[in-house]
Amino acid sequence: MRVAERRPLPLRIRTDGIAPIVALLTVLLILIAFVQPDFLAPSSLMSFLGRSAPIILLAAGQYFVIVCGEFDLSVGSLVTAQVVVAARLIDSDPSRTWPVVVLLLAGGALVGLVNGLVTTVLRVPSFITTLGMFLILVGAVYLWSDGAPKGGLSEEFRRFGRRAIEDVPLLGRIPYALLVLVVVAAIAVVLTRSDFGRTLVAVGDNPRTAELSGVRVVRTKTIAFMLSGLAAAVAAILLGGYSGVSFQAGVGLEFGAITAVVLGGVALGGGRGSVVGAMLGALTLETLFALMNFAGVSGALRSTVQGVIILLAVAVSSLRSSSSR
Amino acid sequence: MADPPPAPLLALRGIGKSFLGVRVLDGVDLDVAAGEVHAVVGENGAGKSTLMKIVSGGYAPDEGTVEFAGRPRAFHGPRDAQRAGVGIIHQEFNLLPERTVAENVYLGHEPVRRGLVDRREMLDRTRRLLASIGETALPADSRVGRLGVAQQQVVEIAKALALDARLLIMDEPTAALADQEVELLYGLVRRLQERGIGLLYVSHRLTEVFDLSSRITVLKDGRRVTTVNTAQTTADELVRHMVGRELSSYYPQRAGPDDRGPVRLTVRGGGNRKLRGVDLELRAGEVLGIGGLQGSGRSALARALFGVAPFTTGDVELDGEPVRLRSPRAAMRAGIAYVTEDRKGEGIVARQSVLDNALLASRAVFAARSGRAARTARVRELLDAVEVRAAGDDQEIRFLSGGNQQKVVLARWLALTPRILLFDEPTRGIDVGAKSAIHDLVRRLATDGAAVLMISSELPELLGMSDRIVVLRDGRIAGELPAGATEEEVVALAVGAVREAAA
Repeated sequence: MRVAERRPLPLRIRTDGIAPIVALLTVLLILIAFVQPDFLAPSSLMSFLGRSAPIILLAAGQYFVIVCGEFDLSVGSLVTAQVVVAARLIDSDPSRTWPVVVLLLAGGALVGLVNGLVTTVLRVPSFITTLGMFLILVGAVYLWSDGAPKGGLSEEFRRFGRRAIEDVPLLGRIPYALLVLVVVAAIAVVLTRSDFGRTLVAVGDNPRTAELSGVRVVRTKTIAFMLSGLAAAVAAILLGGYSGVSFQAGVGLEFGAITAVVLGGVALGGGRGSVVGAMLGALTLETLFALMNFAGVSGALRSTVQGVIILLAVAVSSLRSSSSR
Repeated sequence: MADPPPAPLLALRGIGKSFLGVRVLDGVDLDVAAGEVHAVVGENGAGKSTLMKIVSGGYAPDEGTVEFAGRPRAFHGPRDAQRAGVGIIHQEFNLLPERTVAENVYLGHEPVRRGLVDRREMLDRTRRLLASIGETALPADSRVGRLGVAQQQVVEIAKALALDARLLIMDEPTAALADQEVELLYGLVRRLQERGIGLLYVSHRLTEVFDLSSRITVLKDGRRVTTVNTAQTTADELVRHMVGRELSSYYPQRAGPDDRGPVRLTVRGGGNRKLRGVDLELRAGEVLGIGGLQGSGRSALARALFGVAPFTTGDVELDGEPVRLRSPRAAMRAGIAYVTEDRKGEGIVARQSVLDNALLASRAVFAARSGRAARTARVRELLDAVEVRAAGDDQEIRFLSGGNQQKVVLARWLALTPRILLFDEPTRGIDVGAKSAIHDLVRRLATDGAAVLMISSELPELLGMSDRIVVLRDGRIAGELPAGATEEEVVALAVGAVREAAA
């Protein structure tokens, strides 16, 4: 390569395109500082991060699917199904906690595997595949639980979503959910920097080129769906602990995750964006909802706001990409 | 320097344009007189397309003035330029294949009677328009999708004329045309000239430029190098202006008889949906040229060998061992690389970095072979070796010129140290300078012992590069020619004008 020796540092986290979302998040935090200064106290901020962990996890999972050019609409109902299944299987018996956690993770991966194979091998557009999976899971969980959630979660299981390490100097408290989030986020970042992660983005950018360069497109995309399913399983464990067992546990989360990912600068259709952006998008979305709450805006507007954000974010990104051509 | 015409139709003065801080055009002056064909030549990345977009209203210039028909103009978008009388014929047409010629020509400004489209009037006008440019053979009521490329181009031109274009920009108009169609385009260009229409003619092919233009402007790195009267210059001189090098140094030295190694690849009776009875030997150290018309099975041959659309009959041997090439991965494992002809569609991942593009194949297939750091270092060396010009290896590849993109693709394959390389139109859409760099690279690979198969539609390239040439016709091998064959011999085999040589 000739000219300009500007080589990236070896350990650099790919930060492409996250400047806008960081700016937006900063603006929202400043606004909150005016409306509700208490919110920015360390312990309240830590709790907020813990509460936001599930949607951030789902956004990270959704990132892998969207960046390779697909969608995963099944995560919301997958979360519901997992919470309901966990409650029935554990049935308040602490000794079953860990086996069930493993089972939930396997179940999430399995749902992802099916989504991936139907999309790639049977060539059903992922929008339809995962919409079908969404409906299948909703029906299956109602059938299996005879219309009302049974059993209950163990205290050990609920700890992840509900408890925190208290009395931490400076920070006040560290929710377990936040610790889980940090671990998963680190794994996600490492994954995106790996051969798999770079290849995945290439598949989203141009599957033809990828295929002709020896990439196993079917396998790569299927793994992306499995990652999204795994993320949903982890989110389900946290949400089950935090908000309890109900058929509403995961309602609407798929749209929340997609909105967050798009807000974080990831291109719908694939090929561009970072997982850090996607996770910051989720955090920004939650911050916005918190701000709306403090400002006395009706919570009923949440989905309207999400809809507007999706439309705006996609419009801005397509306008930008067409003008730079 | 050529004299500017007294009252030019188009006068550009001091045009400058930057994108993201990169200066793409700098102080460019250009005149086009009515009835003149003014050619614009230059390497890819010299600023030709940007200049054309400024003239046709696609971009606004950062500096300088555009004067059209005696008035200073600042076009607000392509439609504004069209209304003012500037038409542009892109390489890729903008036609509705399901509509008729007349409907396409008058799209958006159909003649109307009592609030309804007056079809008869539209057909009549289209016929008169086509007749006025000597295209009486083109049926105005025929569906555009049924027409050939050359005729679709005529429709595009008629479309511009229906808007009373006084200046026509033609961007690589012959790129998609067959040789005999080029002749027809020449005729059309002359008739447009007679109507007093000014033409800006952008082309890589110097033959056309000399055949058609009266003046030639050479652009290099966004600046105008010179404007010359066509009659007073030579191809050598032009190329020197474009790259600073003589035409005669175009092709690297061929392989001598001693340079050819053992047979690497043998195909016996190879066939699939597009190929029949292909017998072929490819030796280490040689460049085997593949000639033939568009659709004769040239690309199908490369794609069969690379496992994209494998042979369904016949045998393939690699170093004497039978081998099944059922997928690109299998071919890559066998040491085969394939540089596709459709760089944008299948060669690059446009929004990824230069480095990610160059690493794509290594990551996909040989991920476990060597450490990541070593692999990345090696790919960086290769990018250096092929002399990719980019702002850095984290720049997105879509911002590179075609030639540099191709070099990155090449680095991607060289990282796998392939023993057989299949090149499909390796220099298509690439500027003169990068072209000869790629020719050198191809030859160097052969000299270093690789077996190279190279498909090319450009006869000088095919003849200049190949140690022998196999010509395909209708999915079969029509014949083989030695180095030093003539263009006529290749064409004769390709169109079947001679008795088939024993293949």
